[in-house]
Amino acid sequence: MTEDDIIARLKENVIQGRKNQDEEGIDEKLSGTPGVVELTRLALEKNISPEDIINKALTAGMTVVGDKYASKEYFIPDMLASAEAVGEAMEILKPILEAANVETKGKFAIATVQGDIHDIGKNIVAILLRGAGYEVYDLGSDVPTEKIIEFIKKEEPDYLGLSALLTTTMTEMEVVVKALKDNGLRDKVKVLIGGAAVSDEYAQHIGADAYCPDGFHAIKLLDSFQ
Amino acid sequence: LPREGILISNPYKRITDEQVRQIHRASLQILVDPGLICFSKKAAEIFQSHGAEVSAVADADHPCWHIKIPEKLVMEALDSAPKTVKLGARNPDNALIMKGDEPRVFFISGSETNIWLDVDFPTYVRKSDSSGEIQVPEFHPRRATVADLCQSAHVCEHLETLDGYIRTVNIQDEDITGDNKDVNKFFASLNNTTKHVMSGLTSLEQLDNVVRMAELIAGGEEALKENPIISFITCLVKSPLQFVEDTTDAFIEICQRGLPVVVSSSPQAGTTAPIKEAGIMAQINAEVLAGITLGQLVNKGTPMLYGSVPVRARMDTLSDSYGSVETSQYNIDCVQMAQFYKLPNYSTSGVCDAKIPGQQASIERLFSDIVVTLSGPQFLHCAYGLLDCNAVFCLLQAVLDDAHFQMLKFFLNTPKINQPELAETMKQIKEVVATPQKLYIRYIRQVMRSGEITPPYPFEGDGESDNVFALAYQRMNELLAKPVEHIDPETTADIFREIPGLLPRLNVYKEGK
Repeated sequence: MTEDDIIARLKENVIQGRKNQDEEGIDEKLSGTPGVVELTRLALEKNISPEDIINKALTAGMTVVGDKYASKEYFIPDMLASAEAVGEAMEILKPILEAANVETKGKFAIATVQGDIHDIGKNIVAILLRGAGYEVYDLGSDVPTEKIIEFIKKEEPDYLGLSALLTTTMTEMEVVVKALKDNGLRDKVKVLIGGAAVSDEYAQHIGADAYCPDGFHAIKLLDSFQ
Repeated sequence: LPREGILISNPYKRITDEQVRQIHRASLQILVDPGLICFSKKAAEIFQSHGAEVSAVADADHPCWHIKIPEKLVMEALDSAPKTVKLGARNPDNALIMKGDEPRVFFISGSETNIWLDVDFPTYVRKSDSSGEIQVPEFHPRRATVADLCQSAHVCEHLETLDGYIRTVNIQDEDITGDNKDVNKFFASLNNTTKHVMSGLTSLEQLDNVVRMAELIAGGEEALKENPIISFITCLVKSPLQFVEDTTDAFIEICQRGLPVVVSSSPQAGTTAPIKEAGIMAQINAEVLAGITLGQLVNKGTPMLYGSVPVRARMDTLSDSYGSVETSQYNIDCVQMAQFYKLPNYSTSGVCDAKIPGQQASIERLFSDIVVTLSGPQFLHCAYGLLDCNAVFCLLQAVLDDAHFQMLKFFLNTPKINQPELAETMKQIKEVVATPQKLYIRYIRQVMRSGEITPPYPFEGDGESDNVFALAYQRMNELLAKPVEHIDPETTADIFREIPGLLPRLNVYKEGK
């Protein structure tokens, strides 16, 4: 397989959303053939640069996926499968990128706030952001404010995503923002909020940086910060 | 392979088996006392020659006879009427096989409306803010033409859920007369759809021409019997209990040719039938049994559908109220009567009181479509596109109806719950609960593309906007732009050479077309 073949197949497998060889994807003919994980490893073995892997295969593939989503050929499950596959590839590339001092798009910490165990939306956003090239730290659901503050002090993420489904738990977001201020961390991290209960207005009200109605909006917004 | 339709696994029964038998017995009594009035001399003679009590009615404006049909004749007819009826099609894959004891539903268009409803979307500007514009659908009624009939057959050919085509509109072009209407309506329909075509007959004199046309298309007399690409609907008994002359005579001729025919009756509860359910049921069943008996006496084994178009009267105008809930009740009762006789049933749903597409039309149509379908009629005249009872046809509405029937068909899919299915999902459950994200999303994709998940409503607008009509209109135009398989040039030439009265403009192979 030539370098171009590997890149082309990697890109195609991103489009197909095939994380590894066990995944079915959409095209049945690909069943049993190497997926994104195997092809990323193969690309590194063949000394293809991480930049080419990212730009020519992973990002190029995700661009096609985005177009297909926009034209309603693809739906969210397809988008997530592709994002998850790219996320896996980024995990493989991470040590190499770090060794070469190549910066990622940024560190993103995400959590469902204390008192709220609903995490579907938060999980989907995490997968999409990982697929978009962000270094995502998922702190889980029902996360106490102290744990969030502790993590931010230690890992210094660029972004903090807070999720809440319930009107009864969304007020905890305000508590987190206040705790960030109290700990002198508010200027060091951009706070994005999301979830069925919250809105643009609420983001402004509690002093968050932005409200994201869904994961795609979050990616667009974060990319605009780059 | 014929069309599959949709098999109803547990048909809904409105009336009990005992109530079915009570209606049956009441109908048999009606056929003897008071019996029927018959305006067809031929029919009176046929009944008389087979032992029915026939007597001329004295002092009538038109010659007519009083007929009492004994139970024996009815039971013999029910015995000889085929329990399986095939309605063929130009494309044999579109044939419909209907078994009286199998509740497999086929969805059919209809009926013969005088009015065609055009649609356009003028733009309105808001008075308070001229930058605010909105497109509002407007509906314009006009007399239907043969070109409209071609268009509707064309679109119906492409409507996925539509299994057969009953001519939708009454063609009223200036050059259409009583003498050429039948050949032109059958040709316009047959040339634009490869599905089964059913229609009424305007003029008995045209029957041979229509049958000859069908023979030319099917490949000869025998081929037409094997694959009856056309069938007829007849309402030979006018309620209450009167054999009308012209339709009865046409019915007799159709039966003699052995082509499939619907024996239909359309009483209106409150005016031409009793307002109570028991009464209209006993009467409509008697009327249909009378027709079936006559048909089997004419030609034993003639393929027939037990046809029912009962309706309740509107209390404000005493016109038909197809949108009334009772109309669906009567139709379901009729389905059960046909099932009792093991005869394939022609039933009615979807016809509504609403005059234009909109919320009332959708609610009335969907209500009756769902409940009547669940009872399992074989040939459901669910009247794609029909509005204002039987008065108006709108192609846009037909496209909307197709989307509704896709939902209904999906709902009626056989449940896939079995051991392999459960074993596979148990594996998924174990896998997912072991992951940090605990999401089943990855398993959606294959299922999504295998057709096991319903797509979103096809005419859904963006955000809060309601663009249903605009999107359905767009779909309608896409379907009109899709080609249809016309009758081949050679056969078309033969038809135009042999069959008198065809309008030259219907020949798609004519030079310059």
